[in-house]
Amino acid sequence: MNKIVLHGRKVVGGSAEGEAMVTRDRISGWGGIDPRTGTIIETRHELRGQSFKGKVLVFPGAKGSSGWSSQFHVARLAGAAPAAMLFNEMTTKIALGAVVTHAPAMTDFDRDPLALIETGDWVRVDADRGVVEISKK
Amino acid sequence: MLDGAKGPAVQRAMDLLVRYGEALGAERLVDTNNVCATVGATTPFIRDYAAQHPQGLDAVFSEFSLDSAEVVKIPKVKAYTSHLQQGIDPAHAAEQGVAAELVQLYRKGESYLGALGVQLLNTCTPYQVGNVPVKGEHCAWMESSAVIYCNSVLGGRTNAEGRESAGAAMLTGKIPYWGYHLDDNRRGTHLVEIDIEVLTTADWGLLGYYVGEMVQERVPVLAGVRRVPNLARLKHFGAAASSSGGVEMYHIAGVTPEARDLDEAFGGAKPLATLKYGAAERKLAWERVNSTGRDAQVDFVMLGCPHYSIEQIWEVCQLLEGQRVHADTSLWIFTPSAIKQVADRNGYTKIITDAGGHLMTDTCSAFGRVMPKGTKVAAVDSAKQAHYLPAIMGVQAWFGTTADCVQAALTGRWSGRLA
Repeated sequence: MNKIVLHGRKVVGGSAEGEAMVTRDRISGWGGIDPRTGTIIETRHELRGQSFKGKVLVFPGAKGSSGWSSQFHVARLAGAAPAAMLFNEMTTKIALGAVVTHAPAMTDFDRDPLALIETGDWVRVDADRGVVEISKK
Repeated sequence: MLDGAKGPAVQRAMDLLVRYGEALGAERLVDTNNVCATVGATTPFIRDYAAQHPQGLDAVFSEFSLDSAEVVKIPKVKAYTSHLQQGIDPAHAAEQGVAAELVQLYRKGESYLGALGVQLLNTCTPYQVGNVPVKGEHCAWMESSAVIYCNSVLGGRTNAEGRESAGAAMLTGKIPYWGYHLDDNRRGTHLVEIDIEVLTTADWGLLGYYVGEMVQERVPVLAGVRRVPNLARLKHFGAAASSSGGVEMYHIAGVTPEARDLDEAFGGAKPLATLKYGAAERKLAWERVNSTGRDAQVDFVMLGCPHYSIEQIWEVCQLLEGQRVHADTSLWIFTPSAIKQVADRNGYTKIITDAGGHLMTDTCSAFGRVMPKGTKVAAVDSAKQAHYLPAIMGVQAWFGTTADCVQAALTGRWSGRLA
């Protein structure tokens, strides 16, 4: 089995696993997702219409409204949050959003997760140890 | 504060700030006495939570402003705090299709937050109605269009805070010392060479929409701006750049306070990249922001994103006076309630209502999800609203100048084109 291991920095602790959902587009929270279902709604987003509920969301970072955290907060309460979040660009929107989503989150990787993880791969995230294990689909 | 000596709410607030600061990799917190936040319970989703929860508004504050599932009693705020948008305009509940219970919740929230010491400015543009940070002032603001204005135009220092971090800052007077609080992160990264005239607020919106998409969350520096833009133009520019991208700070060489010239804007360093903005880029931005517009029949014209200045209301009144909005079209204009008082006094509210339009306060269509019933096609003069309204409300949106929008309100047809 083809396994890849990435190392990075813990943003929010904990461990989780799930199917990867990967995008090279940054994600808007408020006005970019429907938090009741975890669906991307931004008009010109490559994942428009798809839900990240229960997925390991792999993306460059956050953009748009300061309502980012509150939308992911609502998604958690609605049971539609991602299982884990892996991203490259640190901003206050994503840091706070990750904190209130209560799901494991990591950044500052030794290699680019966007280049190594594809949608559908199975990903285990151990944020406390700073390790991501990828099983290719 | 973290040990609970200042009470359970302050303890929860510090706990959140510590978790958030560690997530960022911040070394410490900084004192702030200027917080802007949405705390109210009238926004979609949260209003349902408030209605269902027996502990009411303390429960809403605990969960949504402190990330605490345990309900704590909320004390008076420590830091000077201004309220941003609400979910409704209680004075236009009928037009906005808002139920009486929601107006009651709004009123309940008003007395709750007023008693806590929150200033109920109820606008996305606090800098228009008295909260004007001084250069160098550490702030904890939400609202991306206000954050970018605070950093870039006023020289205040804030990151784009969220509901929970701003809630914690209110109670503690602290926020992570990270990002735009530090000199090094405020310097320009990308040079934007402008080789056309940028005139109207719509032009500035197009420029912002283009630049935001190109630089994402970096710091653009505009060069070649020939006329000093006013408040409304920079309000529309910043709102657009923080919607198509995540821009929280920019400089305009020779105009904004940390960019007397290009050298100061870049802190003596070289730009990472240089972009050009000419007629072709302007056209591309116009096409992108109009990507959902198809049908010429316009049901709804929405102005006031970000909330209109009194000058913008005056401009609309001059275009509208003595005419009637088309029978099949609605015209709603949003402004802070403090500015509406001036509009009332100036006779502008009467000009708008006599024409069949409405001057509304406190919220906007995208934020409150409030539109005339049955709206399929909207027209706006805000690139931000054109970006969000179709995604949130499932409508088509046309973007054009203020004059294009007023024309659409009068005729019921979209005739705007790139001039």
